[in-house]
Amino acid sequence: MTNRSSRPWYLAPYYIWIVLFVIAPIALVVYFSFLDLAGDFTLENYANFFSSTYFRMTLSSFWYAFLITLISVLIAYPTAYWLTKTKHKQLWLLLIIIPSWINLLLKAYAFIGIFGLYGPANQLIQFFGAGPLQILFTDFSFIFVAVYIFIPFMVLPIFNSLDKINPALIDASRDLGASQWTTFRRVIFPLAINGVKSGVQAVFIPALSLFVITRLIAGNKVITLGTAIEQQFLVTQNWGMGSTIAVFLILFMIIIMLLTGPKEKGGALNGKAK
Amino acid sequence: MAKLSKLAKIYLALVFFILYAPIFYLIFYSFNSGGTMTGFEDFTWEHYAAVFNDTRLLIIVLNTVIVALLSALISTAIGVLGAIGIIFLRNRKMRNAVLSLNTVLIVSPDVIIGASFLILFTMVGVKLGFASVLVSHIAFSIPIVVIMVLPKLQEMSSSLIDAATDLGASPRDILTRVIIPYIKPGIFAGFFLALTYSLDDFAVTFFVTGNGFATLSVEIYSMARAGITLTINALSALIFVVTLGLVLGYYFFNQRSAANAGTGGTRP
Repeated sequence: MTNRSSRPWYLAPYYIWIVLFVIAPIALVVYFSFLDLAGDFTLENYANFFSSTYFRMTLSSFWYAFLITLISVLIAYPTAYWLTKTKHKQLWLLLIIIPSWINLLLKAYAFIGIFGLYGPANQLIQFFGAGPLQILFTDFSFIFVAVYIFIPFMVLPIFNSLDKINPALIDASRDLGASQWTTFRRVIFPLAINGVKSGVQAVFIPALSLFVITRLIAGNKVITLGTAIEQQFLVTQNWGMGSTIAVFLILFMIIIMLLTGPKEKGGALNGKAK
Repeated sequence: MAKLSKLAKIYLALVFFILYAPIFYLIFYSFNSGGTMTGFEDFTWEHYAAVFNDTRLLIIVLNTVIVALLSALISTAIGVLGAIGIIFLRNRKMRNAVLSLNTVLIVSPDVIIGASFLILFTMVGVKLGFASVLVSHIAFSIPIVVIMVLPKLQEMSSSLIDAATDLGASPRDILTRVIIPYIKPGIFAGFFLALTYSLDDFAVTFFVTGNGFATLSVEIYSMARAGITLTINALSALIFVVTLGLVLGYYFFNQRSAANAGTGGTRP
């Protein structure tokens, strides 16, 4: 053991990174959450956070994140399920993933055009006889674009866990007389639940902290926790309050991760949902 | 295997349509001579010409590429050494602690990383700009490199190192001639992901960039907030082609190396 205990030099940069960019930033955020604008110690930020304005904002942020996650699961699950049954499934999966590599801002920008007053979405509505609607800067457009962006991140883990299921189990269930629906409900769904959990984890937390789409697509109508942090840091310059919201976002993140369990192995690849 | 039902095919087609329509919509209108994303007038290359004539934009593209390449290189170097260090940690508790710390930046939302790095740089006194952006990109890419390299290291049999030691290799030789060649696919995957993380990042950069320095994402954001300009469309078409090339190149590279890795491997 003695010769192993000498610490090799090459570990230094990595440990310096952990101290400087993992531990220090979190410590600083916690520290700043106790500071007021003048830099003095205060608990006011925390009191503020539980005031009605921020409390309502937190609730609405959770509500939007919940809706976005739910709709993503509802759309992604059948997609993943049927993808596992296609012939070149890995290729099709790659095609689902490719849009997630396109910069988020470009996708948001595309929807500014699509949902615009004279854009294709409104042309379709007019084709069915209704007048042009204000789609951009509404809750609907926000949720739609968010779901659009998160779908690949939901399909991927669900696909992976569905794909791992031993087909013999499904055959067995069918042979024993279970209907297709029962087989799905009692065999496939429970076996693939981990994929859904990783998907929820990959979507819910980013959905709480989105701020690009809220700014570009939802105007300033939808305020998520992420938007609030950005606002406090870069517009109002109230770092104390921004840090307090960040502390709570970190706490929510930890709770959600505990609830959805350990991340499935191999789910990290392409986990670009941030 | 059961064939897909008609409903399934229609559903999948619809999902693919919705996923790709906005991207092709952007690209389609990049050729529109009318200045908007509604009503296609005439085919034109003028928006592409605008991209290539805009020196400021080209400098921003150059900045973005430099930051991406440098941050991917540096984070790969640090991450690979870190992963090797983690593997050699004998103390289980210590190893788990390091692994947990490693995942913090992967699971943290961008706003938190951006905001906390902004505080950090301001406290330390780093001027916001190229340096702060580069350092942030290195910082958030390191853990993903570690994650990509670790499985390769874990599957490497320790007898390889023992054999090298018995044959008289120095620790340096073991690192450069045994470990690194073995984990090369993981290193490439890590480098590639670090590259795309950096190219893709908006939120963190947005927080830690000062007034004088912008990456492409930040620039697109300010352009998009100002309204629709088809220059962005032309730019996004170019970015799409580059991204597609990178992803497909990486995919086929991986397929090929997976096929070649058959020698002595336990791959199914």
